[in-house]
Amino acid sequence: MTASSPVLEVEDLSIRFQERGRSLLAVRNLSFQVARGETLAIVGESGCGKSITALALLGLVPPPGRAEGKAIRLEGRNLLGLGPEALRDVRGRRIAMVFQEPMTTLNPVLTIGEQIVETIRDHEPASRREARDRALTLLERVHIPDPVRRFGEHPHRLSGGMRQRVVIAMALACNPAVLVADEPTTALDVTIQAQILDLIDELKQGGMGVVLITHDLGVVAGHAERVLVMYAGRKVEERAAADLFATPLHPYTRGLIAARPRRRVEGGERPRLVEIPGTVPSLAAMPPGCAFAPRCASATEDCTAAEPPLTSLEDGQVACLRVGDFLAPSHSLPHARLA
Amino acid sequence: MALVVLGIAVVNFFLLHLAPGDAAQVLAGEAGSATPEYMAALRRQFGLDQPLPVQFVQYLGNLLTFNLGFSFRHGLPVLELIGQRLPATLLLMTASIGFAVLAGSALGVVAARNAGRLADTLISTLALLFYATPVFWIGLVLVVVFSVGLDWLPVGGMTSVEAGYGGWDHVKDVARHLVLPAATLGLFYLAIYTRLMRAAMLEVTTQDFVRTAVAKGLKPRRIALRHVLRNALLPVVTMLGVQVGSILGGAVLVETIFAWPGLGRLAFEALFQRDLNLLLGILLCSSAVVVVVNLAVDLLYTVLDPRIELAR
Amino acid sequence: MSIAQSVLPAAEERPVRRGLFARLLRRPSPVAGLVLLGAILAMAALADVAYPVDPLDMVGTPFLWPGADPDFPLGTDMMGRDIAAGIFHGARVSLLIGGVATLVSLVIGVGVGAIAGFFRGRADHALMHVTELFQTIPPFLFAIVIVAILQPTMTNVVLAIGLTSWPSLARLVRAEVLRLRDGEMVQASIVLGLSDARIILTHVLPNVLAPIVVSASIMVASAILTESSLAFLGLGDPNIVSWGSMVGAGREVLRTDWYVATVPGLAIVAAVLALNLLGDGLNDALDPRQNRR
Repeated sequence: MTASSPVLEVEDLSIRFQERGRSLLAVRNLSFQVARGETLAIVGESGCGKSITALALLGLVPPPGRAEGKAIRLEGRNLLGLGPEALRDVRGRRIAMVFQEPMTTLNPVLTIGEQIVETIRDHEPASRREARDRALTLLERVHIPDPVRRFGEHPHRLSGGMRQRVVIAMALACNPAVLVADEPTTALDVTIQAQILDLIDELKQGGMGVVLITHDLGVVAGHAERVLVMYAGRKVEERAAADLFATPLHPYTRGLIAARPRRRVEGGERPRLVEIPGTVPSLAAMPPGCAFAPRCASATEDCTAAEPPLTSLEDGQVACLRVGDFLAPSHSLPHARLA
Repeated sequence: MALVVLGIAVVNFFLLHLAPGDAAQVLAGEAGSATPEYMAALRRQFGLDQPLPVQFVQYLGNLLTFNLGFSFRHGLPVLELIGQRLPATLLLMTASIGFAVLAGSALGVVAARNAGRLADTLISTLALLFYATPVFWIGLVLVVVFSVGLDWLPVGGMTSVEAGYGGWDHVKDVARHLVLPAATLGLFYLAIYTRLMRAAMLEVTTQDFVRTAVAKGLKPRRIALRHVLRNALLPVVTMLGVQVGSILGGAVLVETIFAWPGLGRLAFEALFQRDLNLLLGILLCSSAVVVVVNLAVDLLYTVLDPRIELAR
Repeated sequence: MSIAQSVLPAAEERPVRRGLFARLLRRPSPVAGLVLLGAILAMAALADVAYPVDPLDMVGTPFLWPGADPDFPLGTDMMGRDIAAGIFHGARVSLLIGGVATLVSLVIGVGVGAIAGFFRGRADHALMHVTELFQTIPPFLFAIVIVAILQPTMTNVVLAIGLTSWPSLARLVRAEVLRLRDGEMVQASIVLGLSDARIILTHVLPNVLAPIVVSASIMVASAILTESSLAFLGLGDPNIVSWGSMVGAGREVLRTDWYVATVPGLAIVAAVLALNLLGDGLNDALDPRQNRR
């Protein structure tokens, strides 16, 4: 494996929920890659399938759900089709996860130290002492003051931000190749949010790939190299972060950016806070054609006729029939040209 | 807690005066069993000619000096009688609760891990049945089957008097006598703990921290024991405190059936000898046991759940 | 689970909200409970028609085993009393005592809980101390003492059971009322200047009805258990036949004729089981969280 080959490679992933004779696809034909030291942000409104994708990366899709498709390749090894014990061995060791609610993701009756130590000891033949020393180092790495004292304390004595640092320390316990962070800052105060994101940036300097799941584009800016926008279980746009913010192509992406409070786009009008009208369609009642068409101001009749294919651009991909119109000179997009 | 103890004294005092006839007669047991001198002494001691509030203060004074009166039927002070019988009841309680919590938790865990499958249905149905079966009837059925029918275990009592065992043999003998009463009293609570544990396991399994443990790649055994079971035990411990009182009530029935020489049997005897003062003394002491056990449970809870310190 | 819910429910348009009864009938166990309870109610209603003679009268040869004589399908006891007649008349006694005792409990428990939760502060403090007191005194022992002191009549048995089984209901109602009290509906009523009694009766209690109904069915079950236990100890009304007293009487001939004690015991199990199944079913049907599934 060369240094440039991706550490995580998802190929044609679908997640199916089968219940009472019905079969619904929560995620459809999703492919993406994450390179070492790179952060890929997966963005979308709630219900678009991003959280379930995060769980699928660790083989944690809850029944009656099932992940299917070609591959989820972690460091070259396909996780789809691995047995439960092999999967368990990979989880926490090669790919780790940070969840949204630091208040509930830690076990209230165990000390912080115990929860980090057990992660190490279930994956590596470390002695109690070694595990303890490593846990203390980890607490230091995530900038927890007075790690020795915190080691013996229970989670309820820590603030939300501190707890999230502990959760991150726990995730890093075995030096994973990929860290999946599902809305890691949503439950935290704004100032703490930035600290946690900075911490993740700092930690990935060692070459760890990061998948950052969020509904908040504000979190993405400055912390992700690339952005993947999902809508109704499908990838609708994937671009380098800077390009995506400068020239969003898919009407849904533009909607998300417009709905984001604050900031002024260079050379544009002062953006007003615009909610995207309507809601994400339910899986059982998908509109014909483009799933976003009913909410899209630019939709034409053609949009409801067939689902738009994912088109490759010079710097990414987008799934919109009218992308050609948006590439018109009035929008002037130097990087994004139909490939 | 102190208020509750005072309240129990008030209730007892009130019950004493609710009984038909002069309180002195009640205190002395059935009229005629006490000497006139003792009756007069009682009237003086409790100041029965005094207004009620004064009587109450004197009653409290007696309680504070652990004077619960005298049982003429047994020829012993009430407190001494209770002291003699209490250990047997505590042994029975501990055995049946231990059995109920251990077996009930185990069954609850099995049911939860097989939720919706045959094992779960069987266990849940069994729990439902035991939950609906009167304690005294379970006792009789067990006697019919295991003592009369199979002749495996003694019908009643706490020891084989004629054998006169000593040392280790004595312990084994008591244990043999304990099996049926403990099982009788325990089966009802077993049903409760099975249902409680099943629900708690299912509930805890959906908690975020269990998902975290799975995502950390912990071994399934560690997740089950350390993360799920440990947290599912919390409601079980709470229930323990709630149920002491009810277990003491059940002990009356079980000890009556199995001639187990404890407080419950004493209460039954007092009932039929109309020794109301002894009965009230037992009620008072049983309430005290409930208070003490609840204190112990609170203590245990602080050990099991570190969050409690915040609530205090 | 949570993920499946976040993915699926949006996908599922709930059909029209079905009635409580329909929801009860969706599962097998409450249906079994209803059928069983119906059978016992029918026995209680038909007791005088089916067995017009006093069930305490001697009507046949003593110690007839069940099935030995078609006239006495469940046999006779040591006094030659018809056990089937006792079961029928006992159903009436058990249901009556269980029902009325629960009513007494409901009045005390709901009253204490509603007042404590609604007025909070000192009233709450005092009432919760009383509740704690009643939870500390072992309830069955307490009931024994009350019946022993007041004499064993049906009224006293009802009172003893009612007086000793309300505390957990009071706590439940208090918790619910505390929750509702800060809700918009009650706050609006306060702003409108409605009287406290009116707010409690028309805006608070109806919304606490669901948990009360569930508790009530379980309380009737445990009242029946307590009544039979008292009767078994000989603390029942001596002039009426009760399932518990029948078991108690049969205890004396347990070694040889165990059916005398066993048959009425099965009747108790059936009645209590029926009410518990119904209670569980009601709990599922009334729980708003369950409706989403």
